[in-house]
Amino acid sequence: MAEKKSKKKDPKEWRIEIDAERCKGCGFCVEFCPKNTLAMSDDFNSKGYHPPMVADPESCTYCDMCEMICPEFAIFAVSEKNKKDTHFSDDALRMDRMPHIWCPGCGIGTVVNALTQALEAAEIPRDKTQIVSGIGCTGRVAGYMDMDSYHTTHGRAIPFATGLSLGAPDQKIVVVSGDGDLTAIGGNHFFHAARRNANMTVICVNNFIYGMTGGQTAPTTPQTAIGITTPYGAFDQPFNLPFIAESCGAVYVARWTIYHVRHLQNAIKAALLKPGFSLVEVIAPCPTLYGRRNKLGDGLDLVKFYKEAAVRVKKGQTTADAAIGYQSEFLVGKFVDRDRPSLTDAMDASLKAKLGDAYAGWPIPG
Amino acid sequence: MKADPKRVLTGNHFMNGNHAAAEGAIAAGCTFAAGYPITPSTEIVESLAARFPKVGGMFVQMEDEIASSICLQGGVWSGRKAMTVTSGPGFSLMMEHIGLAAITETPCVFINVQRTGPSTGLPTKVGQADMMQARFGSHGDYGIIALAPSSPQECFDMTIDCFNLAEEYRTVVFLMSDEMTGHMLEKVVIPEANTIDLVERKFYTGTDKYLPYKPEANGIPLMSKAGMGHNYHITGLTHDERGYPVLTQEVQEVMMERLMGKIKNNVDKLTRVEEFMMEDADIVLVSYGISFRMAYRAMEMAREKGIKVGLLKMITCWPFPEKVITELAKKVKSMIMVELNYGQMYIEMDRFANAHCQTHLVGSACGEVHEPETILNQILEAAKK
Repeated sequence: MAEKKSKKKDPKEWRIEIDAERCKGCGFCVEFCPKNTLAMSDDFNSKGYHPPMVADPESCTYCDMCEMICPEFAIFAVSEKNKKDTHFSDDALRMDRMPHIWCPGCGIGTVVNALTQALEAAEIPRDKTQIVSGIGCTGRVAGYMDMDSYHTTHGRAIPFATGLSLGAPDQKIVVVSGDGDLTAIGGNHFFHAARRNANMTVICVNNFIYGMTGGQTAPTTPQTAIGITTPYGAFDQPFNLPFIAESCGAVYVARWTIYHVRHLQNAIKAALLKPGFSLVEVIAPCPTLYGRRNKLGDGLDLVKFYKEAAVRVKKGQTTADAAIGYQSEFLVGKFVDRDRPSLTDAMDASLKAKLGDAYAGWPIPG
Repeated sequence: MKADPKRVLTGNHFMNGNHAAAEGAIAAGCTFAAGYPITPSTEIVESLAARFPKVGGMFVQMEDEIASSICLQGGVWSGRKAMTVTSGPGFSLMMEHIGLAAITETPCVFINVQRTGPSTGLPTKVGQADMMQARFGSHGDYGIIALAPSSPQECFDMTIDCFNLAEEYRTVVFLMSDEMTGHMLEKVVIPEANTIDLVERKFYTGTDKYLPYKPEANGIPLMSKAGMGHNYHITGLTHDERGYPVLTQEVQEVMMERLMGKIKNNVDKLTRVEEFMMEDADIVLVSYGISFRMAYRAMEMAREKGIKVGLLKMITCWPFPEKVITELAKKVKSMIMVELNYGQMYIEMDRFANAHCQTHLVGSACGEVHEPETILNQILEAAKK
């Protein structure tokens, strides 16, 4: 999918605002600013982090990259004329719960930005959106979204979402959870929801490790990478998630990294607008437990690596080519975009055909 | 509110307990069920799969019982009355989500058609050995309600009761049926819809910010559902009135006091028992579910021998009818629990009775119901003391 160019902003109307207190000093904004507008400052905020500063305001084109990639919602473009004075995710988040629990250099906040912007771009109102998470670092996403949200049990976000999507077919169901939650303990549900083509968009934040529990090996941990339960290196073959999702029947499958945050937003938007089961896998850094144990540097180092290692999927390549090795190149992009009846549509059509007038339909409770 | 006539098969039927339970659920307004096949419970979901599409309900067969037990909770938050049905190993797999429903105060009904365990045990034989698991099976403290039917008629009636209690208390309610009650064919009278009272969910309709766990005067918060615009948060973590996770001992205590209190403070209101030949009894049989029927026969046999035996049938097993048991214990010489396990409800009966009278158990390894003679022998034994 071609990346949509964001509408150009008139630099005279805009300036960059930095909420230094929100910042955890990950450096994503400075590193990935395409115009080198930003620099790390020597100041400390009350948490002890160096926030960024606008070093070269003239160079800024207001492309929003810093606002999109900031996992702390700390840097944003403001404009009195355009009536924007906060981070664009603020409105969709429970800001009274900030700061969030995610570590400095974690990518989950960036995924949240991509999701809030995708929901807006897809014009899905908040009272039509249901966010479901399992357990773990990414499992906390639901709790920060200011919409109906459910923080369920470990691995079971998908079957909860299945019940919710069947019960409330007028709602857009979004599952946001981690790789361990969705594909180890929740693996069976993942396969079956894809098989049934249950109406939901699953955003799987894959950081190759169990974060919240302390860095244990996940079914996505690349072979030879160190997890605390494979201290001499992982030896079993990890999952290739796009391949599994496609084999099981998902109708839309894409993978991006948090560096590719605009592509990620567009992929989530496309997934949200696709009836049936869609998967967007996001490669994200876990500096605290994956990066540190494997001596790969901090969050910024990991994202810099993922930026270079991500290779766009080319014609002729399939999900079978999407496996990820340890510090290897890997494919990103859209892998699957196909149509088949969703679970609710298939159920409805079958019952209508078999029962005729005796079929009472599926009234939404009043 | 009264039941919807379109959903009630009014009339006299000859049906088994499982089919009767399914009809009870439909009459109660259940429109969503998730389940996984397991003997001897499966007739219930088979029934629902056939009947639901004609009455505006949906059954979904999930990949396992873990999925079923949380899928139904998604169904509940979509604004529907929902349930799942299982037995033995499936019940064990569902335990984590009993706790989730308890802490999130998700009203839902679990039917357990009990079979013989442990593990795969005797899959097609009767048992009552999941009674403690129903009460304590999920980790942590919480309260639940459990009813035990002893006939197909009660499977119908009590399934409706289960849904009503679930809505009233925002809690998990179990119908603790068993293989024999489930498969027994008997007359079931389904009354006119306008004689069936239903408790409907109470939704928050205020204009202030909705606080999902702010209790009403009765200690129970009002509910919401997907898409009402409340932007609520539901979590399995310890939470405050806003539903936000707050991981402190103080908030845990406030939450737990209320969760436990919902049941504990209403034990008298929830307690349902039936008494038989109790007026002059000095030995009392206590039983529930299928075992009640054998106990009843044993009581008759003992009476024929001139022994003054009464029978207490527990309809609510949880919360345990502790006051009834203690009061009875003060009046009689002996109390004998009759159940198909090695002593589960007996532990509770003994706890509330042994200060006042002798207590005995007629237990079982399960697999078959008691011979009334076995119970009679225990009565004769108790009569000697």
